[in-house]
Amino acid sequence: MTARSKRRAVVVGASVAGVSAVEALRDGGFEGDVILVGAEAHMPYDRPPLSKQLLAGAWDTEQVMLRPAARYSELDVELRLGVSATSLDVSARAINLDNGEALRYDRLLIATGANPRLPGFVRPLEGVHLLRTLGEALGLRSALLRRPRVVVIGAGFIGSEVAATARGMGCEVTVLEALASPMAQALGAAVGEKLGRLHSEHGVVVVCNATVAGLVGDGVVEAVQLEDGSRVPADVVIVGTGVSPATAWLEGAGLAVSDGVECDQFCRAAPHVYAAGDVARWAQSTGKSVRVEHWTNAVEQGRHAAHNLIASLHGLTQRPYAPTPYFWSDQHGRKIHFVGWSSSEAEILALDETRIVVLYARDERLCGALTLDAPRALAMLRPLVAREAPLADARATVAAAGPARRPIPMENGVSPQPHRLVG
Amino acid sequence: MRVRADQRKCQAYANCILAAPDVFDLDDASGKVVVLEETPTDERRAAVQEAVRNCPTQAITVDAETRHVA
Ligand SMILES: Cc1cc2nc3c(=O)[nH]c(=O)nc-3n(C[C@H](O)[C@H](O)[C@H](O)COP(=O)(O)OP(=O)(O)OC[C@H]3O[C@@H](n4cnc5c(N)ncnc54)[C@H](O)[C@@H]3O)c2cc1C
Ligand code: SF4
Repeated sequence: MTARSKRRAVVVGASVAGVSAVEALRDGGFEGDVILVGAEAHMPYDRPPLSKQLLAGAWDTEQVMLRPAARYSELDVELRLGVSATSLDVSARAINLDNGEALRYDRLLIATGANPRLPGFVRPLEGVHLLRTLGEALGLRSALLRRPRVVVIGAGFIGSEVAATARGMGCEVTVLEALASPMAQALGAAVGEKLGRLHSEHGVVVVCNATVAGLVGDGVVEAVQLEDGSRVPADVVIVGTGVSPATAWLEGAGLAVSDGVECDQFCRAAPHVYAAGDVARWAQSTGKSVRVEHWTNAVEQGRHAAHNLIASLHGLTQRPYAPTPYFWSDQHGRKIHFVGWSSSEAEILALDETRIVVLYARDERLCGALTLDAPRALAMLRPLVAREAPLADARATVAAAGPARRPIPMENGVSPQPHRLVG
Repeated sequence: MRVRADQRKCQAYANCILAAPDVFDLDDASGKVVVLEETPTDERRAAVQEAVRNCPTQAITVDAETRHVA
């Protein structure tokens, strides 16, 4: 009895995945000690509002907190905030903290997330911003309030959202993208081009195929220098060139780390070590390994890893993690939702003037779907994505979901796909 | 189980619809969440619980008081 209650689960990383894991540990009946270690001094907070409501000023700091403070005492979790884990010793079942302390664990859950990737041209000039933490979001917000000329480097999701929010705040905004269209990597060129047009419609200048050579300025940023010799003047530069998993502290731990902590299909990195969220890479049943940088994955994987952790303590069967990933993004007041995996076979269907559905397929089978302002259609497609339904079934579902359907005309012949009429 | 949604907290992310389309919708006028079925049947329980977890603003709550013993 006592041995059981003395068991200790340590969760490293106090954000979406870590907090979800702690809740699942208690939901799942874990009665031992739970310690949540987080490098940031703030109470655990949420990131999606940092580029949306908080940046725009619609929300204050209180509103981005993940849970009310009282929730953590309810959960009976010991918070160690403002403390970083610096190393892990798997054989000793202990982590070291930057305050000199060593913490032993019976089970460890790694949820250290990701940090912005910094391209080589970034220098510490005033006016150059990143956006991952609450502090960075507040700093960027006060800079944007001065209505500066804004240049966003990288038209991924975060870059695109920041551009939209800054534009909404009345700033002059230019987005520089190295690829041929925004969000091309995640969604394919045709869809990226379509979404990129949302920016132009709202007065954001999008420059694609732009290779940044460097930042111009002495102490304070003045412009972004492009490889083709042109310069884009800027008072504020936001670097949004993606993130890399926060695994530096795991060096020498004996875990397999390669663009994320490598886990088996049970979210297990080693016999007593689990990982979840942006930091975790896991093996799918096909043998291919994946890593997902989205909020709902952090929630679901955090919970899943916690449940398997509990099962391992009781010698019960652990369940494989096989999600259908999902994310959303808000840009210029429009709602983008995506479920599954994208592919090069993208078919764009119009529900009406403004709402679209994109079907992604592999060998005529549905592997993913995206909607613009049509969450209900996506909800109907989600089970089809999960079972990789024939594309024809997906088309029929879309046909049943919306009223008038027309093909979307694509400019510049960018779309590689014929536009099919449904219904 | 009884489902409640707090419209003041709702930010219209629509994650709840994705999890449980039979139980949640967005109101066309306000853009906020509406509960289509306040006392969903037990087979919707898992879907509703997913909606509760995946609502980024914790706008959805479920009362356990009427929990059925399956
Ligand atoms: C501005 C912004 C907007 C976003 N918008 C969306 C969106 O609209 N939709 C969507 O699906 N996703 C969005 N995301 C992505 C989503 O927020 C992430 O997928 C999610 O935060 C991942 O959660 P996580 O807990 O795995 O990692 P993180 O949120 O990165 O948290 C990891 C935590 O671990 C801490 N940590 C790191 N190393 C250590 C250490 N050694 N010791 C102790 N603590 C450590 C970090 O300080 C951090 O607090 C957005 C992200 C950002 C930055
Ligand atoms: S998931 Fe939450 S915030 Fe989003 S629409 Fe539903 S209730 Fe509103």
